[in-house]
Amino acid sequence: MAILKDMHDASKLINSTFYWTAISPFKGKGIRIRASISEMVKAGYNSIPIVSVISLFVGVILALQAAYQLKRFGALIYVANLVGVSITRELGPIMTAIIVSGRSGSAFAAEIGSMKAAEEVDALTSMGINPVKFLVVPKLIALMIMVPALTVLSDCIGILGGFLLSVTALELHPYNYFRQTIEALLIKDIATGLMKAWAFGVVITLVGAYQGFKVEGGAEEVGRRTTSSVVASIFLVIVFDLFFTILFYYFT
Amino acid sequence: MEKAIEVIGLTTHYGEREILKDLSFSIPKGKITVILGGSGCGKSTLLRHLIGLMKPTKGNILINGKDITVMEEEKLDEIRKKIGISFQGAALLNSITIADNVSLPIHEHTRLEESTIQIMVRMKLDLVGLSGFEDFYPSQLSGGMKKRAGIARAIALDPEVLFFDEPSAGLDPVTAAGIDELILKLRDVFKMTIVVVTHELPSVFTISDYVIMLDMGAITFSGTLDELKASDNARIRMFLERKPEKITYSPEDYLKIIAGD
Repeated sequence: MAILKDMHDASKLINSTFYWTAISPFKGKGIRIRASISEMVKAGYNSIPIVSVISLFVGVILALQAAYQLKRFGALIYVANLVGVSITRELGPIMTAIIVSGRSGSAFAAEIGSMKAAEEVDALTSMGINPVKFLVVPKLIALMIMVPALTVLSDCIGILGGFLLSVTALELHPYNYFRQTIEALLIKDIATGLMKAWAFGVVITLVGAYQGFKVEGGAEEVGRRTTSSVVASIFLVIVFDLFFTILFYYFT
Repeated sequence: MEKAIEVIGLTTHYGEREILKDLSFSIPKGKITVILGGSGCGKSTLLRHLIGLMKPTKGNILINGKDITVMEEEKLDEIRKKIGISFQGAALLNSITIADNVSLPIHEHTRLEESTIQIMVRMKLDLVGLSGFEDFYPSQLSGGMKKRAGIARAIALDPEVLFFDEPSAGLDPVTAAGIDELILKLRDVFKMTIVVVTHELPSVFTISDYVIMLDMGAITFSGTLDELKASDNARIRMFLERKPEKITYSPEDYLKIIAGD
């Protein structure tokens, strides 16, 4: 019974989020652009440093792990292929999504949850302001734009990490590495990565908002819901990743 | 007596438990109606129904003759523009300033010029005695000031009906008296219909024109303040004279309770 009710609540949230994001703006109800921009700064701009550092390290790690195998075959130059393709297709989007889940997904749950506990959500409803429109839609727009944008950044910096390691420790020629990367990468690799990133942005927002709106009691429950929002959104990001990877494997 | 709100056969449940039992009453227009009752009698639940935050299991609530229990959200939002609510904990949005809080419903529901909105906000804040606090954040204000700011937000769109949830809860007597005075001013100057949910007796004696008393989810009394004072109902006398409820068990019952079966 409880599961059915959760599913009902979740589908209601998805439904109204979709309505207030995609349909009501065309009915002249508008979107809170300024709030969306401020969410973009919080979720996107402010996570540039951490995304950069982690991507750089992942690029270096990937190049080292690839070299460990490839040097036995004397095929060190293929480090460029491996780093480029795995970062753009997989690691860029997933690392970004996990960082954003931890930073913004939890923040969404905590913000909406504490507003719920302090009757602020009721106050919005009673003023005739839809809480989903007011709170969730700006966050959704922000993440739909910022997660792909951060993924592009993560792709570039990850490849840079692999490049730096290869031209120093592996003593590959910079130009050769560069040529090899360009030849290995297809538009398709980058595009599928960005599509995943977009979907991850939607998943993270919805999970955070769902957990936030579920808060009934006080501070303790806000904490509990925040934790479960991070766990649930990382889990769902991996599930969606699996789904998209299978889809792209067979249909591109 | 002209009716602003009419409740017919309102029944509601939390799970299996019946909270409100077939309530029927009406709230007169342009007067202060106090909904009185002890803790846990269902008065906050009743308020949440009156403002459309909860749907009853059965019964109808008519505001200006329109039934809000069967209304769609979008139509309900139209009604909500005409009512204001002052919440128990003020429920101001903590991330924006007092001025932004008060202007929020104006921005949302009108297309007025920014300068006009600013003047409206200053007028409302002045009315509740908070001039000069426009740029403060809710966390920088005291409990009484927050409550006043909450009232300023509730009256931002000049509502026809104004609801108060425990307006003097958690405030010192002087601040509470100030809030009572403000409520009287809103009735006299703006001719608003005001509904106050409270259990503070001094408040009830100062502000009420009409009293509805709830007990265990049912109405035990409705009428004017003088009628309430003259009532000889035992439960009402207990409430008015602040007598504790005596629970007496037979020895066998007490034994059952402590033995836990």
